[in-house]
Amino acid sequence: MDEYEAVIGLETHIQLNTNSKIFCGCKADSWEDPPNRNICPICTGLPGVLPVLNRTVVEKAVLLAAAMHAESIQPLSYLARKNYFYPDLPKGYQISQYDEPLARGGYFDVPLTEGATRRVRIEKVHIEEDAGKTIRKNDRRLIDFNRCGVPLVEAVTSPDLRSADEVAKYLIRLRQLVRWIGISEGDMEKGQLRCDANISIRPAGSEELNTKTEIKNLNSIDAARTAVQAEIGRQIEETSAGRAIHTWTLNWDEESETLTKMRSKETEADYRYFREPDLLPIRLEESWREEILAALPELPLDRRARFVEEYKLPEYDAEILTDERSLSRFFEETIGKYGGAAKTVSNWMMNDVLRLIRERGVHAGDLQLRPHHLAEIIRLLDDKKITTNVAKELLDKVQDSGRSPRSIVEEEGLAQVSDESALRTLAEQVLVDNPEQVETYKGGKTTVIGWFVGQVMKQSKGKANPQMVRQIFEDLLVD
Amino acid sequence: MGLTIEEVRHIALLARLRLTPEEEERYTEQLSAILEHAARLKEVDTSHIPPTATVLPLRAPLRPDEPRPSTPHKQILANAPQVKEGMFRVPPVLDVEP
Repeated sequence: MDEYEAVIGLETHIQLNTNSKIFCGCKADSWEDPPNRNICPICTGLPGVLPVLNRTVVEKAVLLAAAMHAESIQPLSYLARKNYFYPDLPKGYQISQYDEPLARGGYFDVPLTEGATRRVRIEKVHIEEDAGKTIRKNDRRLIDFNRCGVPLVEAVTSPDLRSADEVAKYLIRLRQLVRWIGISEGDMEKGQLRCDANISIRPAGSEELNTKTEIKNLNSIDAARTAVQAEIGRQIEETSAGRAIHTWTLNWDEESETLTKMRSKETEADYRYFREPDLLPIRLEESWREEILAALPELPLDRRARFVEEYKLPEYDAEILTDERSLSRFFEETIGKYGGAAKTVSNWMMNDVLRLIRERGVHAGDLQLRPHHLAEIIRLLDDKKITTNVAKELLDKVQDSGRSPRSIVEEEGLAQVSDESALRTLAEQVLVDNPEQVETYKGGKTTVIGWFVGQVMKQSKGKANPQMVRQIFEDLLVD
Repeated sequence: MGLTIEEVRHIALLARLRLTPEEEERYTEQLSAILEHAARLKEVDTSHIPPTATVLPLRAPLRPDEPRPSTPHKQILANAPQVKEGMFRVPPVLDVEP
């Protein structure tokens, strides 16, 4: 059988995290609201109303375009009217952009395994309004207009992805990016990141573009991966059997994990796109554009590369530390305060700070434990003022109280015990209490010494100097 | 510049209109006449005139991103032919498409 490769392009819709909708002052986020609470004559398309563009929508879309290395962020772009009839689109048209989008060109790099990178070309980035939601209840169709007019930015890629796994990786990186630059929460569960995938196959290594199908409504990374994989499999099966691929539009049903053909008969011409007469063009003056781009931070992959270069971190560490922007900032600030080895800070971040973040369900930026606290804890440990156990406990104690590690150590008496005679007394007692283990040791199983040390650590509530305790046991057991 | 009856049927489908065979005939004729009339604009030589999307100054007024109170939902739902669970109830149009 011939080897095939998949050719995949994505259209991703990203819900922007503005306060208000794109063309009216209704609240944009309705996640916790009952249906139809954040609606008005503008977003429900009542006659005689006029839309007014939200400034922040343009700014956030420009940020995304710049982060995707747009070749041209257009100084003048136009809104367009896309006409179609659907119950959750009350105006009978969607205000979008068409022939003159906000930005053209660019690329987005998606790291693959073993250092390889897929450079995905971006064809365009444009803004548009979201439609409402149709809720299906048996034979009823119920419409909630809360989502009508929520701002979206759409990024259209060239057909540069080659597998379902690359699709998933693209979405994961895009989600990271939109959160990083602060334009969207990128929560797929809440529909803030949705995608349509255009898929065709060809013999591996060839350059031809064959008939493609489009899968709509991919609302999670898992759904995108599974649906794209299923469609690639179907196309290979059809082609191998000598049957043709038709330009179908497919719907992914998440519950049954199946693709069904949609009975959509609309083609591009049927949308009757024309320049939106109710809105003037978007003029992006040089000064405004500069003002927006001044807020563009160092991007995740650039920061990752810099962490490897500047701090000599392993790729693995750099990847984890740049997963989220406030985490990467926490790391760098801690290094600044600590002044010691970056790898030491990285280990503390990856093991203990991340545990704390996961347990508390917050971002690094929201922790009460601040970088100077972490730096102080590591310093106390380096100076042998506290044990590793106590250092780990301190993270939680600082997070809960917001107090400085040093004052907690003093007030709670957590300083490391290096008083040899006190530790020797404890150790002798452990040997007296555990004659069986002493026999085991003397029988040649010397690893049991770790267990003895553990007993003293427990009795000292983690404060005993473990190296000293080990030394004491070695002395005692020789006799 | 005439329309075919197939094109009229397609347009009717897009507009979710159900036409009788007589209407299809009549609208094919009428729409063709309208298109032909509009096509007379093509006779004007516009080669030296730049395309004009609007005659107004080329700059959209922008709104600060500040939420304002929405319309009381009952007021907007009052326009619905049928309301169910705080939502507009509609017939399942697309499912009965030919």
